[in-house]
Amino acid sequence: MTDTHDTRREMPLGLAKRGYTGVIQHLSAKDAGSALSDIELESRLIELGFVEGARVEVLHEGLVGRDPIAVRVDNITIAVRRREAMAIIVA
Amino acid sequence: MELPLLHLALVGTPNSGKTSLFNALTGSRQKVANYPGVTVERKEGFFVTPLGRQVSVVDLPGTYSLRGRSPDEEITRDFVLGKASGETVPDLVLCVADSTNLRLTIRLLLELKRTGRPMILVLNMFDIANRRGISVDVERLAKELGVPVVTSIAVRKGGTADLLALTDEISAKLAAEPSENNWRALSVAELRATQREADRIISDCVSLPSRPDTWTARIDAIVLHPVGGLIVLALILFVMFQAVFAWAQPLMELLQSGFDALGDAVHATLPEGLVQSFLQNGVISGVGSVIVFLPQIIIIFLFILLLEDFGYMARAAFLMDRIMGGAGLHGRAFIPLLSSFACAIPGIMATRVIDNKRDRLTTILIAPLMTCSARIPVYTLIISAFIPAKDVWGFINLQGLVMFGLYATGIASALAVSFLIKFFMLRDYAPAPFMLELPDYKMPRLKSIAIGVTTRAKMFLHRAGTTIFSMMVLIWFLASFPQPPAGATEPAIDFSLAAIIGKALEPLLAPVGFNWQIAVALIPGMAAREVAVAALGTVYAIEGGKEAAEQIGQVLATKWSLATALSMLAWYIFAPQCASTLAVIRRETGSWGWMAATFGYMLVLAYAASLLTYNVAVALGAG
Ligand SMILES: Nc1nc2c(ncn2[C@@H]2O[C@H](COP(=O)(O)OP(=O)(O)O)[C@@H](O)[C@H]2O)c(=O)[nH]1
Ligand SMILES: [Mg+2]
Repeated sequence: MTDTHDTRREMPLGLAKRGYTGVIQHLSAKDAGSALSDIELESRLIELGFVEGARVEVLHEGLVGRDPIAVRVDNITIAVRRREAMAIIVA
Repeated sequence: MELPLLHLALVGTPNSGKTSLFNALTGSRQKVANYPGVTVERKEGFFVTPLGRQVSVVDLPGTYSLRGRSPDEEITRDFVLGKASGETVPDLVLCVADSTNLRLTIRLLLELKRTGRPMILVLNMFDIANRRGISVDVERLAKELGVPVVTSIAVRKGGTADLLALTDEISAKLAAEPSENNWRALSVAELRATQREADRIISDCVSLPSRPDTWTARIDAIVLHPVGGLIVLALILFVMFQAVFAWAQPLMELLQSGFDALGDAVHATLPEGLVQSFLQNGVISGVGSVIVFLPQIIIIFLFILLLEDFGYMARAAFLMDRIMGGAGLHGRAFIPLLSSFACAIPGIMATRVIDNKRDRLTTILIAPLMTCSARIPVYTLIISAFIPAKDVWGFINLQGLVMFGLYATGIASALAVSFLIKFFMLRDYAPAPFMLELPDYKMPRLKSIAIGVTTRAKMFLHRAGTTIFSMMVLIWFLASFPQPPAGATEPAIDFSLAAIIGKALEPLLAPVGFNWQIAVALIPGMAAREVAVAALGTVYAIEGGKEAAEQIGQVLATKWSLATALSMLAWYIFAPQCASTLAVIRRETGSWGWMAATFGYMLVLAYAASLLTYNVAVALGAG
């Protein structure tokens, strides 16, 4: 298999720079340090389309601390803070 | 036999076109009301199907699931499940989808199916889907989902014809016995499985060429640029406030001369006396001086509705999230706060989109500091009487600039108050997440903007006809009775109840430069801010006697010092003078305490700001 995604390392979406593209590998809410409970955070991410296999691209960043980020998830755009995006593991 | 009213409910993710569909179906046959006892605005409209069935339809807040994680999502859940007290369960649920973006709606629909309510999937925005080359196998989709599917274009004439026909067809054979409700909150695993199922159905029935909306990408490249985006946002706000001041002027002058002419006509036809004074000074000059501001209120709502319809509001929230976070506010608070520029009441109700209780409370407490449209009459009156209409730096109108400064002060103090709340009261505070869909840009639609603006204008006029009118009657009465003794030489008003009350309050307000006439005007002004303008009009008109037809602005310019005028402006940035806002705060927070806290802190700020302004102005020689 020569798919580039196989050779790329997994990382949280919360660390991705503008222009990053990748595919969601899994969700890991306990790593996010969000104010939400793990179950709640995971539910919300799924409800916004952040599920395994979805293609993501970081389109925009905010001014302060490059936060929040605007992420293209398949064919919609979602704004999230980096803190919550730490729960989304991409590669 | 007449069939009973058919109840429809519009459910769907945010921005799927529910409100547009609601407008398309009902036209102007809408009523906005509050849920009894609960905190929520509910929009119901009526129409008749092609086969003559009478239908009521309810526009519900957008949601991604039935979990109800914020107050507005709870309404949708409770309504669909029939939990809302005193509400009928909808006979038919219209699940509205944006056809270009089906994933999340199909998942929602699979969840909705468990409620057992009869349902139709409405593939809205089908025009955009066609343009982007998205094709949907509608029949197969209906079979896979087990739910009838129909396409619609909410914003085009005749775009809902198929939906209407299908509604007729289905309502004719609705079972009398509703099927069982098996809904319960989904676990994470079920949620995932449902999304998988939705994705499978979509890949079977929908072909999606990957042709994203290039316009949205191009606009966002500028509008969401970290620095450029903020400049654009500032420019938009600046233009909005200049427009409120400059564009409305000719229309306002027209209205003003209309009311003046009417007053003169009454003065000329009726004999001198109480009836003449009541009609001319109480009713016409009082209510008229408020109605004159209709053009400005229309303009501010026009801007807000245009930005909403265009899809800009979510971007503004994105840009402001971290900046407002510094002041302890959530990015989502931006939209309620911006709406508060029109009126704090819809603004406070819009905080329902904020799921975290503390974030929501902070936003509610500071929303009344945003300069609402009811302050515009007060500001405009004083600015046009005291600030020269000259240009500074060649192109900026000085009056507009002062107006902008007042708005800016309101915003700055709101941020400061929020910061203090965060710092002193909500210390142990972990920031709630910010997650928001940024919809594709859409060309704003004339029809829905027109419906939105008309609804607000009607509400404003209704207020002028009820609250403001009754306050004016009160003020006229206080200013006219008791009548002066025969042979008195002082102006009649000096003998009135109004003068007695005003003079009793004067010592309290003298330090901030207010005279007794202002003190009188502030009392009915507790009911609604703009009443103060009308009340001043009446008080000075009765005091002025024959020259009453004179414009109130010119009267003020001769009676007040510049320092008093500036002090009055400062007062109105903060003063909690709106009974309806306080009532809404009480309702939305469910607590008298928070209402009292809002009233108290705003009053203290108002007094302090006026005191400071007045004394500085006097020291600078403006006394
Ligand atoms: N082209 C097109 N635009 C639509 C259609 N339906 C809604 N819109 C636009 O989509 C945007 C969001 O619609 P709105 O009714 O406010 O969505 P809601 O959040 O579900 O109430 C608005 O700008 C509408 O003008 C449609 O069928 N076709
Ligand atoms: Mg809507």
